[in-house]
Amino acid sequence: MESLDLELDEGHLELPAEPMRLMMGPSHPAMHGTVRCVVDLSGETILNVDVQIGYLHRGFEKMCERGTWAQVFPYVDRLNYVSPMLNNVGYALAVEKMCGIVVPERCQWYRMILGELARMSDHLTCDGAMAMELGAFTPFLWMIKAREMIWDVMEEETGARLTHSFGRIGGMAKPPTKHFKDLALNTARSVVAIVDESEKMLLKNRIFVDRLENVGVISQADAISLGFTGPCLRATGVAYDIRKTQPYLKYDEIDFEVPVGTNGDTLDRFLVRLAEIRQSARIIEQACARMADEGAVSVDDPRVMLPEKTAVYGTIEATIQHFKLVMEGAKVPKGEVYSYTEAGNGELGFYLVSDGSGTPFRVRIRPPSFMNTGGLGHLLKGRMISDVVPIFGSLNMIGGECDH
Amino acid sequence: MNAPLKSVTLDGNETGFATTKLDALLGWARKWSLFKYPFVTACCGMEFMALTSPRFDGTARFGAEAPRFSPRQSDLLWVVGTISQRQAPVLKRIYEQMMEPKWVLAFGTCASSGGFYDNYTTVPGIDKVIPCDVYIPGCPPRPEAVIDGLMLLQDKIASGDRRPAIVKPRFDPVQGAQDGLVQIRKKGLLEGGDK
Amino acid sequence: MSQAVIQLLRQKFGAAIVETHAQFGDDTAVVESSKWLEIATFLKNDPACAFEMLSDLSAVDYPERTPRLEVVAHLYSLTKGHRVRIKTRVGDEEGEGAEIDTVVGLWGTANWLERECFDMFGVNFRGHPDLRRILMYPEFQGHPLRKDYPAEKAQPLVAYRTDEEAGMSIDKQAPFGPHEGMSFARNDWTKRAEDAN
Ligand code: SF4
Repeated sequence: MESLDLELDEGHLELPAEPMRLMMGPSHPAMHGTVRCVVDLSGETILNVDVQIGYLHRGFEKMCERGTWAQVFPYVDRLNYVSPMLNNVGYALAVEKMCGIVVPERCQWYRMILGELARMSDHLTCDGAMAMELGAFTPFLWMIKAREMIWDVMEEETGARLTHSFGRIGGMAKPPTKHFKDLALNTARSVVAIVDESEKMLLKNRIFVDRLENVGVISQADAISLGFTGPCLRATGVAYDIRKTQPYLKYDEIDFEVPVGTNGDTLDRFLVRLAEIRQSARIIEQACARMADEGAVSVDDPRVMLPEKTAVYGTIEATIQHFKLVMEGAKVPKGEVYSYTEAGNGELGFYLVSDGSGTPFRVRIRPPSFMNTGGLGHLLKGRMISDVVPIFGSLNMIGGECDH
Repeated sequence: MNAPLKSVTLDGNETGFATTKLDALLGWARKWSLFKYPFVTACCGMEFMALTSPRFDGTARFGAEAPRFSPRQSDLLWVVGTISQRQAPVLKRIYEQMMEPKWVLAFGTCASSGGFYDNYTTVPGIDKVIPCDVYIPGCPPRPEAVIDGLMLLQDKIASGDRRPAIVKPRFDPVQGAQDGLVQIRKKGLLEGGDK
Repeated sequence: MSQAVIQLLRQKFGAAIVETHAQFGDDTAVVESSKWLEIATFLKNDPACAFEMLSDLSAVDYPERTPRLEVVAHLYSLTKGHRVRIKTRVGDEEGEGAEIDTVVGLWGTANWLERECFDMFGVNFRGHPDLRRILMYPEFQGHPLRKDYPAEKAQPLVAYRTDEEAGMSIDKQAPFGPHEGMSFARNDWTKRAEDAN
């Protein structure tokens, strides 16, 4: 940080007026992330901007190298802390790809439903916070109300409101509760109703729409070159959704659409997110209809799964297995893998390197927010200072993920 | 502590007066008008959003709703989330810019102690950098725990106690131990009845 | 992932492709570090490859190997729908002198990704327009994701308060502290590298 007491010659203006250098962040009211933008202004126009991230660097990748493969789950939760379940599933799939494990069908549906709920909460938070930062407080409160409903389901299922750590290598920590399907379906429906209301309220508001339309436009070619994925890329009209293009879990058996925008402006990004919430609701409906009520949710594979608690207390084999899995960790075959899933912000990739032991050799995450935020400077150049807030909000920078 | 104002009950049309100590009056006034500065960095911020939203309404009820984004106008600094080494100077400067009297609330394990990020980049608790009044454990803490923390802070303000305090769990296992009633395992577990 | 791309690379560059494999179905080519930019340009511009997107670029530190650092890039083609991973090895046994050409000219993403790689591993990218630290602060010494950088070695920007200043002990008690977590699962990389050499 620069020191406050700069030595200034007499006659020097403390703040040069042209171009004026302004620091936004890292603790700025209208920026719900810890990022710092150093903007050079001429009047109100942004001439140049330097986006500085790293204020929430928590050493995720280094921490992963200190425990077992299963101990990475809590860290993964806190990457994208608005949709931890998607991260859990993404990481679990990556390790399972290495171990050659395919989880039972029931678990796949279960993961999909939980994941879509998490995606809804991600989009609700992003759109709600964006609306709030532009002064529309009521939709924000409504959307948080909807998010609360989703978190209630999550709490019922996993025991935690936000940081679930619910994924396991080869399954989920617990089978679904008895009323899970009803809960999920009802929640999805009520969320869609709230989204409809909020959308009406926002899109009939001239001020709100004017502040978003044709602001922060990015062309397809630029977006691809900058590595945009997820809603930010789809807003430019590229229908790249990993759930469709390289389906994982059971997404290929589900009927849903990939909403795309036309202009690639902030309004499109906003609308794509709202449309995706509706698609998620569709996916949840279909997945609930197809998920079996009975059956295992975890693979029966002693290499990775902890044995039943009752067996651990009762038999020596199970005790040893439990001991080995806890003390040494599940052994993952030697090699490297890149596995990718569609998270709330786009392509969430895990590049894992294993040396054959119970400790990860390297866990590299490809955070979608990192690439999206990387494009912020490009989007801001030439815009007005008041456009910083909506543009930044629409990129949905999540500190934990972006800064690792 | 609960009733710093000792009022005299009056009957009829008598005009009356209330007696109190100046400290108690100030404490009472301060504890219900906390202007907050949310220093929100990480995951705990999501719970912070939930806390301020209608379901919990955890700040407005305690007179602590109005956010002030200038540190000079605020008296309560909420440190919500992980503080990295890079962020520490910023936090310190914001704290120094706040006017006395000021209070600091550490929201979540990361702010209190660094949490499970015990590494090269995380400050092991904000008290390494600035003084802290109330610690709220949890990763993230539930809004109920935060409300407990806020009430604890109010009590501290009212009584003028500046020693740091930690929000206790509602059920204190140690208390149970004194009664010889520690239940470490669910009944019937060995019979396979934990489903 | 695409086997055809690997075939094409082998035909075109021959000896510059050091090694290929397809572990877990991910097609990988290890290339000469001097040909890094040339191969990347080919992969982006050749119509049969058409990798418009640089998904990820990072590095891995193998303290037991020389060259020690491995730069890994994952490419994706939106039009063809295939992926490929290319890697190259740089640096001596200390990780010094790790240097390759930048690919910023091909993909905009590379700007921040290479900065991160430089910050975390100390790989120099020749021709990068703005090679600064990105996640760590400029005062930071060393490269944290190298295996020999101790995980708990902090370099505070503000001096910590002492116990006297705080009027109480502010040191963390167990379970927090250097021995938190599963210490037996940790590797002593300095020792392992010495044994290997
Ligand atoms: S305490 Fe937990 S939830 Fe809160 S910021 Fe730290 S890691 Fe995130």
